[in-house]
Amino acid sequence: MRFESPTTTREAVALLTRERGDAYVLAGGTDLLVRMKLDLIEPDLVVDIKGIAAMQSIRTTASGTRIGAAVSCAELGENKKLKKTWPGVVEAANLIGSDQIQGRCTMVGNLCNASPAADSVPALMAAAAKVVIVGKKKRRTVAIEKIITGPGETSLARGEVIEAIILPRRPPKSGDAYLRFIPRTEMDIAVVSAGISLKLERGVIKSARVALGAVAATPLLVPAAARAIVGSKLDDAALEKLAAACSNACKPIDDKRGTIEYRTRVVGVLARRAAKIAYQRAGGA
Amino acid sequence: MPSVLVSTTINGDAVEYACPQDETLLDSLRDRVGLTGVKEGCGTGDCGACSITLDGRLVCSCLVLGVEANGREITTVEGLSDGDKLHPLQEKFIEHAALQCGICTPGFLIAAKALLDRNPNPTVEEIRYGLAGNLCRCTGYDKIVRAVQAAAKQMRKK
Amino acid sequence: MPQDTSYTHQKFNVIGTRPKRPDGIDKVTGRAKFGADTSAPGQLVGLILRSPHAHATIRKIDTSKAERLKGVKAVLTSADLPDLTDGDRAMLDILENCMARGRALYDGHAVAAVAAIDAQTAKKALKLIKVDYKVLPHVTDVDEAIKPGAPIIQDWVFTAGVEPKPKRPSNISQRTEFGHGDVEAGFAEADVIVERSYKTEQTHQGYIEPHACLASVRPDGSGELWVTTQGHFTFRNICSSLLGMDVAKLKVTASEIGGGFGGKTHVWMEPVALALSRKANRPVKLVMSRDEVFRATGPTCSTSVDVKIGAKKDGTITAATAELRYQNGAFPNIWGMLGAMTSFACYDLKNVKSIGYDILCNRPKVAAYRAPSAPMAAFGVESTMDLVAAEIGMDPVDFRIKNAAKEGTLASYGPTYGPIGIGPTLEAVKNHPHMRARLGKNQGRGMACGFWFNFGGQTCTDLNIGIDGTVTLTVGTVDVGGSRASLSLIAAEELGIPYDQVITNIADTASLGFNDMTEGSRGTFSSGMAAIFAARNAIEVLRKRAAQMWEIPVEAVVWEKGEAKAMGKKHGNLPQLSLKEIAAKAPNTGGPIAGHSEVVADNAGVSFASHICDVEVDPETGATKVIRYTVIQDAGKAIHPDYVEGQFQGGAVQGIGWALNEEYIYGEDGRLQNAGFLDYRMPVCSDIPFIDTQILEIPNPNHPYGVRGVGETSIVPPLAAIGNAVSNAVGVRLSHVPMSPPRILKALVEASGS
Repeated sequence: MRFESPTTTREAVALLTRERGDAYVLAGGTDLLVRMKLDLIEPDLVVDIKGIAAMQSIRTTASGTRIGAAVSCAELGENKKLKKTWPGVVEAANLIGSDQIQGRCTMVGNLCNASPAADSVPALMAAAAKVVIVGKKKRRTVAIEKIITGPGETSLARGEVIEAIILPRRPPKSGDAYLRFIPRTEMDIAVVSAGISLKLERGVIKSARVALGAVAATPLLVPAAARAIVGSKLDDAALEKLAAACSNACKPIDDKRGTIEYRTRVVGVLARRAAKIAYQRAGGA
Repeated sequence: MPSVLVSTTINGDAVEYACPQDETLLDSLRDRVGLTGVKEGCGTGDCGACSITLDGRLVCSCLVLGVEANGREITTVEGLSDGDKLHPLQEKFIEHAALQCGICTPGFLIAAKALLDRNPNPTVEEIRYGLAGNLCRCTGYDKIVRAVQAAAKQMRKK
Repeated sequence: MPQDTSYTHQKFNVIGTRPKRPDGIDKVTGRAKFGADTSAPGQLVGLILRSPHAHATIRKIDTSKAERLKGVKAVLTSADLPDLTDGDRAMLDILENCMARGRALYDGHAVAAVAAIDAQTAKKALKLIKVDYKVLPHVTDVDEAIKPGAPIIQDWVFTAGVEPKPKRPSNISQRTEFGHGDVEAGFAEADVIVERSYKTEQTHQGYIEPHACLASVRPDGSGELWVTTQGHFTFRNICSSLLGMDVAKLKVTASEIGGGFGGKTHVWMEPVALALSRKANRPVKLVMSRDEVFRATGPTCSTSVDVKIGAKKDGTITAATAELRYQNGAFPNIWGMLGAMTSFACYDLKNVKSIGYDILCNRPKVAAYRAPSAPMAAFGVESTMDLVAAEIGMDPVDFRIKNAAKEGTLASYGPTYGPIGIGPTLEAVKNHPHMRARLGKNQGRGMACGFWFNFGGQTCTDLNIGIDGTVTLTVGTVDVGGSRASLSLIAAEELGIPYDQVITNIADTASLGFNDMTEGSRGTFSSGMAAIFAARNAIEVLRKRAAQMWEIPVEAVVWEKGEAKAMGKKHGNLPQLSLKEIAAKAPNTGGPIAGHSEVVADNAGVSFASHICDVEVDPETGATKVIRYTVIQDAGKAIHPDYVEGQFQGGAVQGIGWALNEEYIYGEDGRLQNAGFLDYRMPVCSDIPFIDTQILEIPNPNHPYGVRGVGETSIVPPLAAIGNAVSNAVGVRLSHVPMSPPRILKALVEASGS
């Protein structure tokens, strides 16, 4: 295995494009090195992106917040401004693993690992985040929900890397939240999860995005669940409709982490609880 | 591919080692530098026995490549005490019987130090969550949490 | 009287204090050397190839490509491990578990091994070994394994303990029965009978240090083994026997041990490391990965248990029965028997019967796990005890107190008890402030009792007094959790000197006589007893030397508070001689001063505990959080209370993990799906509250200081205590452990009918 540590995105793309064998991007390594250890992959090339300046920073721009692909989740938690603007996203990112993992793991790594249970992804989907993808020929900006196409699979072309995540500007009277269920209090992968972002107008939900994790082959954006609460003040009836819409949308499996029955039921519970938090954060009663 | 030469700082000393490019920092520290205080409990970042700090940040050395340490600063359990003076955490772990078998102890000490460096006066809950990445199977965590509380108290006095 | 085991009623000076442990500094500075922390010149890296199939015939293993790979120094299969067991089937089972012999019996069964110059080469070599498997039908569930038509795991196993002797092989290796009285008559007298079935899933000891060893065998048939183990003398005997080596020519050194809990009482890959080293004529280091630890070592049994208890309205139990089916993995053992023996040990019962079945499955060989077999039986019995108490409208603690065993009770497993602690622990529960603390919404409180036999066994120690009067105590029981501190305290107490004047070391197998393993809660009990005897022998020598120095008869010298004292009118005015003063003169009074002892430390003194537990259950997700936990246990005498509390707390938390989330999950393909700490969910620090402890001291009459084993009993009550607490919190009775969120939620949904 060859290890490379480029200093520009362009150089990283060139290395990945040129490699004929199996090439992998290393950000925090908290998934990649596990897969190497378990002998699931044998990379010929590993490209470390942590030396690339464009991927190391959190910047506020006119269109929102740009988070470099190599920014660790611990750094997100330490960024007071980001935490205040997108608390749901930061909470989701901070739920990944222990403090040890937090010091290394990144949201882009979480995304590209493409697990249906990735914690940060439903929160980012609810937040309508976009990603900046750099390839050999072009640079494109894509909605986050277009990235994961199946368990462990993404829509990225060979040689493409994600340089940053763009979070939109936070509209007034809006809030987001993310909740997941795990059997322990830490160190587990989500059995089921829900991320919600919503915007109010005079206490009424004007718009919303609801995304679910670990209930299908990919994280799911569920417009029907958003519709269930739009126009409401998040009364009990709306919450019930939200829970039902979430349960209806999911297509989970039985596995070592949970059952179909369990996930289908609890996804609604989490959606309800997350919606209440987001509503409160948006200034709703 | 050939091994590469890594120049790094470990516990304040300049150290060089050569390692294969796919080797973990855990293996480099143990097998090339001889720092066997860093333990492997799982190799997948789930037990914290291999905890070190890398440029001051707490990480599992099993999830870092040896080559990544080039130009970085590492602290391991071997670097905790100041000459012949034990770190307050080391003292309190012994005093409070916070170890039984002791295999997890190096990782706990490093994680606890990272926690107290960041938060000198943590609540019990903050200690418990701060140490959640470190598995201990002997103690049930009771005496570990108490030792960290006692060390924090002593460190605040200084 | 050096070998007198009887309780002395003495007032203690240092016993019961909490000094710092001698190995503490090494363990907080990273200096302590565990199994994987040593190396030898020219050492090779060993790796093991394991079966991906739950059950298969191995038609052929082609190792030729691996052997040709540059840097590979030895490739090993069962062909390199001839059967030298001379008809000893139990020994052959050990060998076959270390390396498959023509058949793979579980996912993870070792089929070949390599030794190479580095890890990269060894890994490459493993991939070059081609194994031709014929996959066979498998069974991994204990109840499925005894159904007609289930695949037979071992065709030489015929159920023992049944009449007439079976003619066909079976997955039930033995049936055992314990009890007394007439249970049918007893049930006929009962006002209330509760009958219920329970299941528990397989759990692992979960020690953080994987198995590791460094083996070095020389062409002359001698060798050395450095290994993480609970019993290096036993490891020496087993390895030398399996490999045809002379016992005295294999020196085994126990490393510091990173947790064992029973899992390191068995050899798993040490004979393979020795055989690789012999073949390569180089030292071989073999360290398991976590995945290997889960797939191929030490889990405890999964079980299926039926319990029936009948009682009168006044709370008297009239009869109790249990049928216990214990999954042993692929090799027969006695786990079901132990379950049957422990199930009703807490109670004084007129009519009682327990039947144990040991059952084979395509799972790894089951190993001891802290009070092996007792927690699962206690889950069934103690859950049913609460149900009976509820039926007759009696407080569950009072119901247990009414039926508790006491001195003179005929135990369900045979013996008649001496002074025991079950009654006192229950009284302590009743009086504990925990029982009166208020509970909030969705919270519930439960309690349960537990029993463990405790074990003594063969023990040997040396005690040597240095020229400056400091004392070296040499023992052969591995220190798993602070026993060096406890044993130094014991030797200091007996000699009458300060704690820090004694240093306890663990000897290798070449330096001391045979010692049984650190198992059965025997470390401090048995080595403590042997240390007392060795100290008493040393005192005899010290008295003689003092007599010599004073030139008076030895009969006139007594040993008091660490000093020789001359007695009687004639000599009473002589100034006392301290141990230090006598030691300083040793070269001129007959040479080194030492005491030695070897004993079979019998009568370890049975152990009882009662636990109280509060939980909060989220009724919408089934998540359970333990919010308060109290352990009350009889220690006989707590030598070093910190480490006694540590045993209580550690065992309780292992039990909490077992009760709530830990389990082996096998797929339809018979493969283990969660062979890692991510999905084998042991409690993390934030899952657990402080574990309160209360040490009771009901002296063991058969130990000079009254010591009972303390290490194991604490894991017995938690499964049932949590089950009872969950039931009290949300009104559903869980009969399947672990009580994971999906299981609890399912039970809640079924109970509410929604």
